[in-house]
Amino acid sequence: MNSTPPPSPTPNADPRADDNQQDSASAGRRPIDIVNAGLKRRYAAEKRFRFMGATAVALGLTFVALLFFNIISNGYTAFQQTYVQLPVYFDPEVIDPDGLIQAGDLNADEINKELIRVNFLKLARDALRERFPEVKGRSAKRKLYGLLSPGVPQQLREMVAHHPELIGERRETWLIADDDVDMFMKGRSTPVKRIDTSGSATIVTVPSSDDTLQIISSGADFNVVFERMRTATPTDKTTADGTTLDSDMPSYLIAINHGLVKVESITAHDITGQVLLPLKNQDPATPRSWELLELSNPQSARRLKDQELAWVLSLKDAGALKKRFNTLFFTQGSSREPELAGIGGAFMGSLFTLTLTLLFSFPIAVGTAIYLEEFAPKNRWTDLIEININNLAAVPSIVFGLLGLAVFINFFGVPRSTPLVAAMVLTLMTLPTIIIASRAALKSVPPSIREAALGVGASPLQTQFHHVLPLAMPGMLTGTIIGMAQALGETAPLLMIGMIAFIVDIPGGFTDPSTVLPVQIFLWADSPERGFVERTSAAIMVLLTFLIMMNLLAVLLRRRFERRW
Amino acid sequence: MSHNRPMTMPSAVSKTLLEHADTNPGSPAVNFQAEAPPTDAPPIDAPRERPMTTIAATAVQPDVIPRADTKTATDSSRAFSSTLGDISCLNPRMQCRDVDVWYADKQAIKNISLDIGRNEVVSMIGPSGCGKSTFLRCLNRMNDSIPSARVSGSIKIDGQEILDKHVDVVPLRARVGMVFQKPNPFPKSIYENIAYGPRIHGLTNHRTELDELVETSLRKAGLWEEVKDRLDQPGTGLSGGQQQRLCIARTIAVSPEVILMDEPCSALDPIATAKVEELIDELRTNYSIAIVTHSMQQAARVSQRTAYFHLGDLIEVGTTEQIFNQPQHRLTEDYITGRFG
Repeated sequence: MNSTPPPSPTPNADPRADDNQQDSASAGRRPIDIVNAGLKRRYAAEKRFRFMGATAVALGLTFVALLFFNIISNGYTAFQQTYVQLPVYFDPEVIDPDGLIQAGDLNADEINKELIRVNFLKLARDALRERFPEVKGRSAKRKLYGLLSPGVPQQLREMVAHHPELIGERRETWLIADDDVDMFMKGRSTPVKRIDTSGSATIVTVPSSDDTLQIISSGADFNVVFERMRTATPTDKTTADGTTLDSDMPSYLIAINHGLVKVESITAHDITGQVLLPLKNQDPATPRSWELLELSNPQSARRLKDQELAWVLSLKDAGALKKRFNTLFFTQGSSREPELAGIGGAFMGSLFTLTLTLLFSFPIAVGTAIYLEEFAPKNRWTDLIEININNLAAVPSIVFGLLGLAVFINFFGVPRSTPLVAAMVLTLMTLPTIIIASRAALKSVPPSIREAALGVGASPLQTQFHHVLPLAMPGMLTGTIIGMAQALGETAPLLMIGMIAFIVDIPGGFTDPSTVLPVQIFLWADSPERGFVERTSAAIMVLLTFLIMMNLLAVLLRRRFERRW
Repeated sequence: MSHNRPMTMPSAVSKTLLEHADTNPGSPAVNFQAEAPPTDAPPIDAPRERPMTTIAATAVQPDVIPRADTKTATDSSRAFSSTLGDISCLNPRMQCRDVDVWYADKQAIKNISLDIGRNEVVSMIGPSGCGKSTFLRCLNRMNDSIPSARVSGSIKIDGQEILDKHVDVVPLRARVGMVFQKPNPFPKSIYENIAYGPRIHGLTNHRTELDELVETSLRKAGLWEEVKDRLDQPGTGLSGGQQQRLCIARTIAVSPEVILMDEPCSALDPIATAKVEELIDELRTNYSIAIVTHSMQQAARVSQRTAYFHLGDLIEVGTTEQIFNQPQHRLTEDYITGRFG
């Protein structure tokens, strides 16, 4: 390669360059021109930085929005619960065979005691059987009873306890539906597609079986289904004329004459099927008075089978199935049944735990911060303590749980899985956060205030508590709230001290076994029932609301303290 | 006064000095300023034959001090051997003797002895970093809050030693109040600013008494007419001059005997300064006042006696008139005439 640079026509190279060029060359060395030359680069850098900042903010907001959208869309349905309306007969023979309650001599406690033994399940089942008298056989009945939540007896017991006058009456009562019914009502089980019909239907009984019917349509109503079967899911039972449906295929029901028939085999013009709900009569149906229902989720992939769905659909059509605001979710403790599981126990547990944590950690942390910052001699020991406090803030939280287990529970004998021991562990965890924030707040108080106070003869303690502390308080509160928010969301250390236990009761005090919101979320997220999916998201919403409220409170408090001056 | 008592000499130079000072082995504070700041001042005849005060007469003469050959006669006249002038006064409130202050390994002030009389204003002047504020802060032990500061020597208020470890600084600071360079009112109401001191000391029994005390303090500070309608408003909302007078009122409210002022007007405009100076002059009738100032005019206006500090040494003390009109030491003269500092 030729290393010699090509001759460049610089002004300096040519001594005979004209005056203008020489002027501009010398002018180019003026400081302002150097500045101007660099300006473009500087502006570009600034623009780039602004763009990157805006992008980062937008990205962050997008993810937050996604998170909220996901949680809310999953969880909002949990705030509603399906109830079944059934005519319950509060049979005095079952509830009050001796007439003690009806005599009216008992107080509330005694009534409760009496009602403990009563078989309210029987009342609910009687009501169901009354609604569906055609159901026969043990297994069919058991399926029917499954539409109601196992919490129904308790619900009825409480109703009777509050209103003893109900005994002997027949009431249309809204009872808690099972979570499978609830899921179906919220559209999480299977979509139901209604296909209109064009032909009139003739019903023919099949002599070999009681509950099998053949329905012949004058139109090509079944052809749609049949074609779909033949092309989409051909089985060895599919012929050119017809096919038999099994449980891995979508289910088809025919709603005709107030009954439901499940399609079992199909040809272009007729179907044979099992009666799920008895028909009122077997008259031929005019076009559009009967319809074809498609349950696109195959029966094998559903918790509610076709028979149960038939009952549910019939209840729904009768207006006896409704979603109402889910008060249980806020008032109940946890449960194995999603429809009975509530956040109330965890909420109270969190409240008790946080209250104690605040009571423990704030005074200790502020005291430590004041002592270290204002009173302690500055020597190697205090340096060491300071370094260790900073290091504590970085210790994995599960280590604090282990420490709580070893020291508080095993050594000091603090009762396990109580808000008390949880608060002690969380106090250890939040202390460094609050101490560091409080020290920073104390440092930021101008020394002139201290001098002023000392100058009029205030003692060091008076100086701190009358002048420095009020000024540092907003910063300290901010640190405390950050620490509290951390404590509210903490799961790992609490797992070690028994907060993961399945606790149904709502804690009434600091030494009652309880759980807390994040642990409850963790437990529910682990549960296989579909009903817990929405409840997990709903519990996250409650937790986030709790957090946002706390932060709002902190902002308000800080404003109040700051607005004074 | 007690200026002639024996004392320890910190450096080898001082030891040499002692050998030369044959007439008086127990020589007073002698701190040779080996490196007086070089100045561009034209050489003037060294005023060696200046009439000496009794204290100065016992001091070692600059010319017997061994020094490098390069030093000129002019330098010798700027060398410091001992405080010139009369450090004592007739009716002292506070008596400071041989006060040393060390910040860690650095000696901030060296062997300062000075009296603060009753009903007089003593001003302390000198270039920045000369230790006048440090000395002032010793007088009510504000240096205690600086961990590295060490104070030795003797400071007495009405004959009572205050530098002793066991002296309680709370009552001391009630007797020796302080006004700081920057106005530093508490971020509380004007009323609370004044009432705070009396309240923590338990000076008043009733609310009415406290109200009266607040009013008299504000009146003495000349602030009452300006703030009487807004006593419940924050003190930080006042103007700079008002804030400084509020701080003075706050100091007066605990009825101190001595008021220390650390450049009280450095953050104020001339009008506010004039008001504060007027106030200082009025306060003199009841209090002893020690004021540190950078303004020589201010020192001349408000003070009866003036002390000139230079690099940790108290160079010269005298009546304000004498210091400004006939300074004895070259350093004082240079500073007052504006040659440096």
